[in-house]
Amino acid sequence: MVLGQLFSPQTQAIFFNWKEKPVQRMLDFDYVCGRETPSVAAVVQPGSSGGFQKLFFGKAEIAIPVYGSTSEATRKHPKADVFINYSSFRSAYESSLEALKAATIRVVAIIAEGVPEKDTKHLIAFARANNKVIIGPATVGGVQAGAFKIGDTAGTLDNIIACKLHRPGSVGFVSKSGGMSNEMYNVLARATDGLYEGIAIGGDTFPCSTLSDHCLRYEHVAAIKMIVVLGELGGRDEYGLVEAMKAGAITKPVVAWVSGTCAKLFKSEVQFGHAGARSGGDLDSAQAKNAALRDAGALVPDSFEGLEELISSTYQRLVQSGQLVPAKDVAPPPIPQDLAAAVAAGKVRVPTHIVSTICDDRGEEPTYYGVSMSELIEGDYGIGDVISLLWFKRKLPKYASKFIEMCVMMCADHGPCVSGAHNAIVTSRAGKDLVSCLVSGLLTIGPRFGGAIDDAARLFKAGCDAHQSPQDFVEGLKKKGIRVSGIGHRIKSKDNRDKRVELLQNYARKFFPSTRYLDYAVSVETYTLQKAPNLVLNVDGCIGALFLDLLAASGCFTEVEAAQIVEIGYLNALFVVARSIGLVGHALDQKRLQQPLYRHPWEDVLYTS
Amino acid sequence: MARKKIREYDAKRILKLHMKRLAGLDLPIQVVQFTAATSPSDLLNENPWLGSTRLVVKPDMLFGQRGKNDLVGLNLDFFQAIEFATQRLNRTITVNGCTGPITTFLIEPFVPHKEEFYLSITSTRDGWEVAFSEAGGVHIEENWDKLRTVVLDTIDGPLNSELVAPLIAGLPLELKPSLERFILAAFAVFDDLDCTLLEMNPWTLDAAGQPFPLDMRVELDDTAKYRDTAKWNVGGVELEFPLPYGRMLTPAEETISALDEATGASLKFTVLNPTGRVWLMVAGGGASVIYTDTIADLGFAQELGNYGEYSGAPNTSETYQYARTVLECATAHADGRGRALLIGGGIANFTDVAATFTGIIQALKEKKGALQAAKVRIFVRRGGPNYQKGLTLMRSLGDELGVPISVYGPESSMTGICAEAIEYLKDQDGVAAPLVTASA
Repeated sequence: MVLGQLFSPQTQAIFFNWKEKPVQRMLDFDYVCGRETPSVAAVVQPGSSGGFQKLFFGKAEIAIPVYGSTSEATRKHPKADVFINYSSFRSAYESSLEALKAATIRVVAIIAEGVPEKDTKHLIAFARANNKVIIGPATVGGVQAGAFKIGDTAGTLDNIIACKLHRPGSVGFVSKSGGMSNEMYNVLARATDGLYEGIAIGGDTFPCSTLSDHCLRYEHVAAIKMIVVLGELGGRDEYGLVEAMKAGAITKPVVAWVSGTCAKLFKSEVQFGHAGARSGGDLDSAQAKNAALRDAGALVPDSFEGLEELISSTYQRLVQSGQLVPAKDVAPPPIPQDLAAAVAAGKVRVPTHIVSTICDDRGEEPTYYGVSMSELIEGDYGIGDVISLLWFKRKLPKYASKFIEMCVMMCADHGPCVSGAHNAIVTSRAGKDLVSCLVSGLLTIGPRFGGAIDDAARLFKAGCDAHQSPQDFVEGLKKKGIRVSGIGHRIKSKDNRDKRVELLQNYARKFFPSTRYLDYAVSVETYTLQKAPNLVLNVDGCIGALFLDLLAASGCFTEVEAAQIVEIGYLNALFVVARSIGLVGHALDQKRLQQPLYRHPWEDVLYTS
Repeated sequence: MARKKIREYDAKRILKLHMKRLAGLDLPIQVVQFTAATSPSDLLNENPWLGSTRLVVKPDMLFGQRGKNDLVGLNLDFFQAIEFATQRLNRTITVNGCTGPITTFLIEPFVPHKEEFYLSITSTRDGWEVAFSEAGGVHIEENWDKLRTVVLDTIDGPLNSELVAPLIAGLPLELKPSLERFILAAFAVFDDLDCTLLEMNPWTLDAAGQPFPLDMRVELDDTAKYRDTAKWNVGGVELEFPLPYGRMLTPAEETISALDEATGASLKFTVLNPTGRVWLMVAGGGASVIYTDTIADLGFAQELGNYGEYSGAPNTSETYQYARTVLECATAHADGRGRALLIGGGIANFTDVAATFTGIIQALKEKKGALQAAKVRIFVRRGGPNYQKGLTLMRSLGDELGVPISVYGPESSMTGICAEAIEYLKDQDGVAAPLVTASA
């Protein structure tokens, strides 16, 4: 294993398996340390095709390149010598081995918990043979104060500054536990001039680098004046440190505590929180390891509670003897708070940019205007009810939602020759995608095609509400040069009635509480039929009139609401939804039939000038 | 990595199946399991060899020294074997301080033998240790000098003939090929199935010269389950990882164990004393051990209700379910003497303190009545992302619950609440004592 320093304020890492928070936390740490370059040179997102991730470096936004493979990232960033591996336990072995094989990578940190022992052993052997360092698995990583931090180590920025991790102190620290490392950084900030470097080796039975590996390194780092070790019951790792101390390989003061003295309370074997922390043989016990460390010359308190005091007295002794000059406190540069964090903390308020009142997808199941998916599916709901909830924000009586469904069914299609269907067919035959076909068809809907329902409703409402006679109504519009929407059909006539109109009328007369507007529309039709036989009430007019009846007589809408619905254009929306069904059908039909590009024949065009 | 012991019954079936697959070696292993649920007639119908072979019957519950406890039946016929096991079923014995009922036996052929060999393969940090002795069996420790060990580096693996040679150097020439082949095959199984320990003590050669393990222990690395399930599950039955002998899960422990299996976070809970008065709900594998140590150091080990920890960022709902189960145990034996609940932890690196506390608070509210009835006092210490919000939530909860809650953040020492909790219990005892006198 490498002796001495692993990191510096120039160290850069390649971050494997993109996670926003740990990367942003690394960059925030960099900024408060006064680093000039971000500590993350590149992100590897397996399978991605590259690009960038946007992150903050202090106040500025920066783009960090993303690569699809480790080999590409190491080739493009030869100066990045640390590989931070956030892959899962399933793929930690392969991804770590690939990084270790890259000549430019010196240190690999493996975060995943649950990496199989066999895999870890192969990584240990490879790293040893190639003089590389692995931190982990099952660790949060480590930190060199004021220089470089791995992933989530040391938590939030507040904590980093409270623990003085933005500038180097004089203590080298190593432990198995990531959580306890952070706790100890806090203790060190209270009891000493703070941390120089701290490593959590991970809770596994075989951590790739050991307590003693890091202590031996700390021995060779001049700025580290004392070493603090927090061990744990289970395994024999602490004995490596005992041997190193006995052999004189570690001469700096070592304050150590091995937790797990409680294991004797348990009658049978217990698996504690860490995989490596298993009560078992006598040599693995906390008591035996504490005794061995004490015997080897380490300063060992009687309990964890005594650790801080012992660290403090050891530190004071070094200061008094002049061996340690306390590091000066440095004010960190202010870093703007993240908006999300500030909002969560209640420090700022942010106006929303969008209002939505018809649905909510944030809960356990989505709701349509308060009605849950379960109720929609398990209750007696249909598409008409869904339209009622999402458009009108209320549940309508069954006869009304059935009427909406009838309108959708009737308006779904009207043959391949009408302009919408024709456009959809032509677009489909031009090889375009389904959405393009649908949209090209929908774009024809307007004043001349399919868009008459709203207008018809507006006119009938005005006439009926003003008690105009059919004659005054028709002639009045004629004077203004306005066509009577909802009246007239190209093919249908007095003697050849539109079946759809007939069906709608029959339904309404049977189920609607009132058909006042329909009756008015029919009286208008009676008048217009005197003028010409094709001036029948058409399907748009019929739907428009009946919708007015529904709005007025269902008891579900106020007059103001009814007027607003007619004004906004709800009724044409019904045609849009309905006809989309037919347009999709035409587009798919053409594709299924593998129809070639449509070209209109010359013969069918009048060329003139 | 967590090393888990498996039953001898499973170890032998796995060995037989995979030695054949990996090394073409077909061992004469035959083995069945016998429990209270076993029908002897069905067992015999499905395994006719039981009727025509002399048998061995012994408990299969991860403990040794079975002979010394009169638990091994040798050279029996089927009905004698069943009678032997039935007589000992549910007998309570104590092994190495652990007491429990005998519930599971294995039955296998009785193999008369002269040689008793020893073989063990152990996974170590740097590779493997393979140990062999021709003087195995119960006298292995007296013959420790005859044990030969090969230390194999990970890089030099797998085991090969050259490395095996020194292990079996002293044996008769005619035995060597079969011993070597068996040891190499055992190593191949060990490596392929993510074993961490394989020990056969003793094993022998049967009448036909075939290797046969008489007693066998195996430990597997359960983190390899994701890739080894198909290999471990002999005959499609899911491999069992039994609890250590004498250890039985309480319903609460079972609930949390199931919760732990189902999440990426870590949730651990072990009841130490159901009527204990100090209960722990501590975040973090490392911190939880230290809290437990501290309570013991303060002389309250016998009053400690549980060991437990939650870590790895469990979500609010998981934390709620965890907390609810702990609270049920902590309040189950109210005796008017006061109890302490420690919601402790170090300074989290990335676990959202407010989110986990939200789950705990939900459970505390639900158990308000039980907490009051058990005179529980709550002591909180925590730091980490969003801790201010989490601590504020806890502080404001005290009045609502009618349960006193002391709340500390990272400015206080991690284990300070232990002493405070113990002071409370001592005070309670001081108050409770005169009351008892007064009513008497």
